[in-house]
Amino acid sequence: MPVPIAKLAQVKRKGVVPGNPACMGCPHTLGLKILGKVLGDRAVLVVPAGCTSIIAGVYPRAGINMPVLHVPFASAGAVASGIAAAYDMIGRDGVVVVWSGDGGAADIGFATLSGAAIRNENILVIVSDNEAYMNTGIQASGTTSWRARTTTTPIYGKTEEKKDLALLMLLHRVPYVATASVGYPTDFAEKLENAAAIRGFRFIHLLSPCPPGWRFDADKTAHVAKLAVETGAWILWEYINGRFRISPMSRPYADPRRRKPIEEYLRLQGRFSHVKPEDVEFIKRRIEENWRLVKELEAFYRG
Amino acid sequence: MEPRTVTKVLVGNHAVAEAIRLARVQVVAAYPITPQTVIVERIAEMVESGELKAKYIRVESEHSALAAVYGAAAAGARAFTATSSHGLLYMYEMLWWLAQSHLPLVLALVTRAIGPPWNIHTDHQDLLTVRDAPWIIAMAENVQEAFDLTLQGFKISEDKRVLLPFMVGLDGFVLSHTAEPVSMPTQETVDAWLPPREPEPWVLEPGKPFAVGNVGPDEVTMELRWLLWRAVERARTVIREVDREYEKIAGRSYGGLVERYRLSDAKYVVVTMGAWSGDAKEAVDRLRDEGVPVGLLRIRFVRPFPKEEVLEVAAGSRAILVVDRAVSMGNAGVLGIEISSVVRGRIPVKNVIAGLGGTDTGYEDFEDMIRRFVEEYESGRTDKWLEPEWYMPWFKR
Amino acid sequence: MGEDLLREALEENKLFVEKLLAKPQPGSAGPTGTWRTYRPVVNEGKCIKCGLCWLYCPEEAIEWSPGGLPKIDYRFCKGCGVCVQECPVKAIDFVYEGE
Ligand code: SF4
Ligand code: SF4
Repeated sequence: MPVPIAKLAQVKRKGVVPGNPACMGCPHTLGLKILGKVLGDRAVLVVPAGCTSIIAGVYPRAGINMPVLHVPFASAGAVASGIAAAYDMIGRDGVVVVWSGDGGAADIGFATLSGAAIRNENILVIVSDNEAYMNTGIQASGTTSWRARTTTTPIYGKTEEKKDLALLMLLHRVPYVATASVGYPTDFAEKLENAAAIRGFRFIHLLSPCPPGWRFDADKTAHVAKLAVETGAWILWEYINGRFRISPMSRPYADPRRRKPIEEYLRLQGRFSHVKPEDVEFIKRRIEENWRLVKELEAFYRG
Repeated sequence: MEPRTVTKVLVGNHAVAEAIRLARVQVVAAYPITPQTVIVERIAEMVESGELKAKYIRVESEHSALAAVYGAAAAGARAFTATSSHGLLYMYEMLWWLAQSHLPLVLALVTRAIGPPWNIHTDHQDLLTVRDAPWIIAMAENVQEAFDLTLQGFKISEDKRVLLPFMVGLDGFVLSHTAEPVSMPTQETVDAWLPPREPEPWVLEPGKPFAVGNVGPDEVTMELRWLLWRAVERARTVIREVDREYEKIAGRSYGGLVERYRLSDAKYVVVTMGAWSGDAKEAVDRLRDEGVPVGLLRIRFVRPFPKEEVLEVAAGSRAILVVDRAVSMGNAGVLGIEISSVVRGRIPVKNVIAGLGGTDTGYEDFEDMIRRFVEEYESGRTDKWLEPEWYMPWFKR
Repeated sequence: MGEDLLREALEENKLFVEKLLAKPQPGSAGPTGTWRTYRPVVNEGKCIKCGLCWLYCPEEAIEWSPGGLPKIDYRFCKGCGVCVQECPVKAIDFVYEGE
């Protein structure tokens, strides 16, 4: 069950301190805020280079009201492993969280992430995926969508497909993997609660639409994040110890007829302004394929 | 009171592992690389058998090895890692991040040449790439000293006047795979001398929100560097103090940042570092027998650099010969540069680069180098000492 | 001399920690309310007190308790408009700051 708004609102502690350097409509602060509500008292955050390196605030102030350890790009999974090991030895409780962008998880930090996963380290990795290296100015990453324009795919858009991090993590046979979207904070909150209740390696792939990077107006962050789900382009699911479930907020869109047209999602985003009708057809086919795969996984992992 | 010790015959790598056991290290993360591998294999065995109560993290790379022990140190644990050559280079980013966070831990570096070509034998190039970062960097001459420095490393590193990472170097194969008798203080003695780590200077814990290393004014970066500089400087005092204290628990001390060998009346000084110092000492003995007034200054600590010690030696002698096992391309041998920067032309300094890639360099070679160094000085041919000499007697172009 | 060195070290370690560690404090990027071009204004008559604006505000610039009206902290509200967009009954007006 998604965590009710009223329950979240009872937590007075703010994970995000107002007046931080995040852009207007930033999806990361939206995610961090929910993280703060659910795990603010228990979490320590390991943050590799990325947008959150800046969002954390300008010295002497911090913009995140949780312990934050900034670390080099490709090190987060390993640093978190070390913290978790130390806490075990010292006997200290806490949820060691890696809060990473897509570069830090899918690309430069992938080996480290994979290493921590296969060792089943007692850490929770959250990838706040805004589908490009936004902090350095919108360069394509391994998770940038096919055809999305970035400053390193400036004309045709990205020619390769999006790396499916969550499925890659699932095949590391870890106890917890889920996808989430900043459009559904109460679903994300539930997944954080579920993940925090488990020991071992936990992974949440959080879709974080970025206004300047995807080129939509700042007021549309949550709207675009919801459209991604409503068009079926982003599927919410949760895997816990052998059981795979499509999340309630995505469930209706298993039926292609109930999905909103993908054009609605693409049209809002300047990064797709150049796509041709045949590209849209390809994207539709890919969405359907992803759904087939996820449904197979649900059938396979009945728990 | 007599020190209570146990003596075992151990290869260098096992001696380091024994020091880790006695220091009750809590988190170890490492990636195997020849010739370091045996250290971490032995530690893994200690952890699995329960001889050492610690977490052993089998990371997927050296970058992650140092990243993991960085996390452990930031969380307040006593941590250790070990590597060699390319492993150290792969760690390079983390070497800086860790040290500039002002956190203590120990890293054992089993020195090895950097490729290409692949070469698993010793030289000091890897160790000396770290000299610009705020690490305390030591180099052992023998297996006993590798053990002693590893144990002392925690004491020095965790001292509130230092709180910086500590690197102990030991020559690949020459020490790492060579068995020697090693005298070790008992666990009780070590426990009394080395209490559990205190989580200084800062510690990451849930419920205590702060951000470590936020962007900020440029001046703050410079101020932090200065504070690190001060801590490295203070380490001189701590190293000397720990070296003296160690006498009480282990029955040995080495003389602080350097070892002085037959220096009191020496007019010519040879400077070396690491295992081949033993061969160099033998050459000194032989030349002494012939009446040549030569002595040896062995660099035990590269950082902080033994400036006073070098100056003191320079004040009483005619010329210095630095025999280097690492080179700074386009300038000179690394120790040659270091020594010259302290001596500043007070007396002439000759620099010889030798033994790279583990090239065998015996006492006869040192004898040859020293003999020619003295001759050149006495016949006034020091002008060509501006350039280092590459010692390759076998080499024909 | 040993004690002097320790005293100096403790002072300098403290200084180092003060300079490396940043403390949570509002306005870590300054008074971000100045970024606004448009100001979100809650129309209290229309508001059904659902809390969705509070849930979605990426800045945590809205105070809200269940059953109550949302209150926007204009010192830090960046004027992104997410709350305006997400309000299910269009109870938040987006007013040009110049007016
Ligand atoms: S405009 Fe943006 S920052 Fe301001 S209250 Fe609304 S959602 Fe929050
Ligand atoms: S979203 Fe709209 S209706 Fe709901 S509390 Fe906010 S202003 Fe009121």
